[in-house]
Amino acid sequence: MLEFIKEPWPWYVAGPLIGLFVPLLLIFGNKNFGISSSLRHICAMCAPLNIKYFKYDWKSEQWSLFYVIGIMIGGFLASQYLMGGGKVDISTQTVQDLTALGVTDFSSYLPSDIFSWNELLSIKGFIFMGIGGILVGFGTRYANGCTSGHSISGLSNLQFSSLVATISFFVGGLIMTHFLLPFIF
Amino acid sequence: MKNIKFLIYGIIFGIILTKAEVISWFRIQEMFRFQAFHMYGIIGSAVVVGAISILIIKKLKLKSSNGEAIIFPAKPYDKGLIIGGTMFGLGWALTGACPGPIFAIIGNGYSVFLITLMFATIGAWVYGLVQEKLPH
Repeated sequence: MLEFIKEPWPWYVAGPLIGLFVPLLLIFGNKNFGISSSLRHICAMCAPLNIKYFKYDWKSEQWSLFYVIGIMIGGFLASQYLMGGGKVDISTQTVQDLTALGVTDFSSYLPSDIFSWNELLSIKGFIFMGIGGILVGFGTRYANGCTSGHSISGLSNLQFSSLVATISFFVGGLIMTHFLLPFIF
Repeated sequence: MKNIKFLIYGIIFGIILTKAEVISWFRIQEMFRFQAFHMYGIIGSAVVVGAISILIIKKLKLKSSNGEAIIFPAKPYDKGLIIGGTMFGLGWALTGACPGPIFAIIGNGYSVFLITLMFATIGAWVYGLVQEKLPH
């Protein structure tokens, strides 16, 4: 059992476990599984100014801030004690494609050629970590949800709008991966 | 503290995201290049389990643990789903992270993702600032 926990978890273990968070949060909290709203609560807590979008009782949504702090702690525990974070066994085709783009570091979850403090000061690094972050924050709030709120929670509840959102997520991802990335490297 | 249970759920969720490599930029690239089933399997099976669970909750009219009726808020349809959704997709392929994984990546020791979280928060804030001027 311990051996199994230390290996990377296959999709048929991780996927159903993630799916169980939908009923878990509904039954033990009457909350709808969703994460990007936490960004809104952080804004409402830190800098609401006089903006209408941030004028609500964020304190009643505190659970979501506890949840994301938990995710951070979980990531720490998995990397420290459960052998998370090693080389990722991606397909050889992906390795070839990314090597062709200029990625050289395949030793952990994220390539250090792109994601490091040094790279942050380069144009390339700033596009990946800075502009990428802005697009994630702005886009998920404009779309009223992210992968958890729309693609998992919303699709589970058969919401048409979540299907539209999920397709749009993929359209954006495909455009970036296949048309824009070669220009950024 | 009733919020402690959400902290614990978050910890378990963060462990799953890490162990399943969902937080890996490489896995997201592999997904957008259609070169492995891994991410499709995870999202697909999560939706199947979530949908069956919701069906059971609705059929049996289950209540939440504190006795309240469970609420499923409808996700309204508007243009933001398409415009904002596409913007998020662009950012997802760049960072390799949707909001949940951003927090897990920081926990995994990639401290530079604190900057990505900061920019994501700024992005959410700017959305709030210009919300009323955007097409919805």
